[in-house]
Amino acid sequence: MIHVIAFYLFAVMTIASGAITILSRNPVHSVLWLILAFFNAAGLMILVGAEFIAMLLVIVYVGAVAVLFLFVVMMLDIDFAELRAGFVKYFPFGTLVALVLLAEMVLGIGAYKAGAIQLGTPDGTAATPAGTTNIEAIGGLLYSRYLFLFEAAGIILLVAMIGAIVLTHRQRGDTRGQKVSKQIARRPEEATFNVKPEVGKGVQL
Amino acid sequence: MTAFFQSLGMSYDWAWFVATVCGILLIALPLMLVVAMTIYADRKIWAAMALRRGPNVVGPFGLLQSFADGLKVFLQETIIPSAANKGIFLIAPVVTFTVALLAWAVIPFNSGAVLADINVGLLYVLAISSLGVYGTIMAGWASNSKYPFFSAMRASAQMISYEVSIGFILICVVLWAGTFNMNDIVKAQQGHLWILNGFVFNPLLFPMWVMFLISSLAETQRAPFDLTEAESELVAGYQTEYSSMAFAAYWLGEYANVLLMCALNATLFFGGWLPPLDIPVLYLVPGFVWFLLKVLFFFFVFSWVKATVPRYRYDQLMRLGWKVFLPVSLGFVVVVSGYLMLTRYAV
Repeated sequence: MIHVIAFYLFAVMTIASGAITILSRNPVHSVLWLILAFFNAAGLMILVGAEFIAMLLVIVYVGAVAVLFLFVVMMLDIDFAELRAGFVKYFPFGTLVALVLLAEMVLGIGAYKAGAIQLGTPDGTAATPAGTTNIEAIGGLLYSRYLFLFEAAGIILLVAMIGAIVLTHRQRGDTRGQKVSKQIARRPEEATFNVKPEVGKGVQL
Repeated sequence: MTAFFQSLGMSYDWAWFVATVCGILLIALPLMLVVAMTIYADRKIWAAMALRRGPNVVGPFGLLQSFADGLKVFLQETIIPSAANKGIFLIAPVVTFTVALLAWAVIPFNSGAVLADINVGLLYVLAISSLGVYGTIMAGWASNSKYPFFSAMRASAQMISYEVSIGFILICVVLWAGTFNMNDIVKAQQGHLWILNGFVFNPLLFPMWVMFLISSLAETQRAPFDLTEAESELVAGYQTEYSSMAFAAYWLGEYANVLLMCALNATLFFGGWLPPLDIPVLYLVPGFVWFLLKVLFFFFVFSWVKATVPRYRYDQLMRLGWKVFLPVSLGFVVVVSGYLMLTRYAV
């Protein structure tokens, strides 16, 4: 009973906030609705027993990625008239993307109905083996069967990260960074000295 | 508790529902009372360290000061700036307040006395604490004013930075405990080193605790990391445009967050509801009392730091987070997991 109510609540909220993400005129509102959609999707995942994925969704997407989205969007100076002017120009390409996504969704549902992939069961119970927690099941798979793929994904991400840093890093000669070791090594006697200047005379530093 | 309501003749679903609502009220209402008293305690401790008296007029020893303040803000007029984005402006304090209460669902108050005894308890805490930043960002943006906006920018950068190292620190704890369940993490600390209860007595985890304490100061935006509401430069930061109950919601949310971080320090490193020493006599005292004592001790530490340490500069804050805590905690993940591989698991 509560499961059913919760499912419809999360599902309706996910779809509605997804729709408003696209429809709202203010980009900051869009991002906030997107966050709500992520959150409700996490709720749906908890209902099917994928609590680990749900928590990761909230931590990674809501906690980090969406904050950066919001950070960038809030700083943008957006000209709404210009945004709307581009609509006709991008309409064909947008339609193409929408069609591809629709085709993928139809294919996915078809494959799921055919039972080709044993991901979950249609009645909503999770495919996790009984007696093991999500984390154990995922860890067991990632570090045994998919070890090389997992490591490869890690290396790709590492290379991408280092690449991004190398591309954006600019070495400037005129910055004066704080050197903590130098500050700590400094003693009072090297930093201060007593002088008795005569009246009307300055002090040579 | 579900079983009790079932015995009253309810179906399982309803019994569960009523039991959960009761559990939420049992946690949230005393928590609000504790928050009110800790605000008073914070001011008293701060005053004592500055050789002042602190609040001492309302009630005996000024004990009712927080309630008087609450009544005052309740009776104030709610002002919404005309340039503000009204919806988000009003939702932001609600978000802060709600998020501050949410994470208490997985904190064990006594053996098994936890509202949601879930497998991913610690991940849930991480997820909720990563949500905390939204209240600040939304307030800063929706106020449509310069100081709150600066504050929101600072808050988002600061909280993301410190969450990274907190994540690695928690990984070390989880590796040692072998579980994400908060109750089991507490149990894993029993007699950790001879008769001492708590991961903090472990030489490999002690540096982690020091970093966790400092990170939790940064995560809750307490001094010396309270750059988001640096009153000398940003007026009051993201709260500048808020008045009345919205302001009170921030106030309560902030202290509930501080208490949560104290509770996490106590639970993850100091053995939660376990007594400090693994001696049978000490188990006669209920676990709840030990937990409360530990939380209040950490709250005193937070106040102490606030009263004594000057505010960090922003670049120093970022340097500490990214150049010190991140590499050190990452290194400790490797060291801890390597040590556990050597000692605990036969390869």
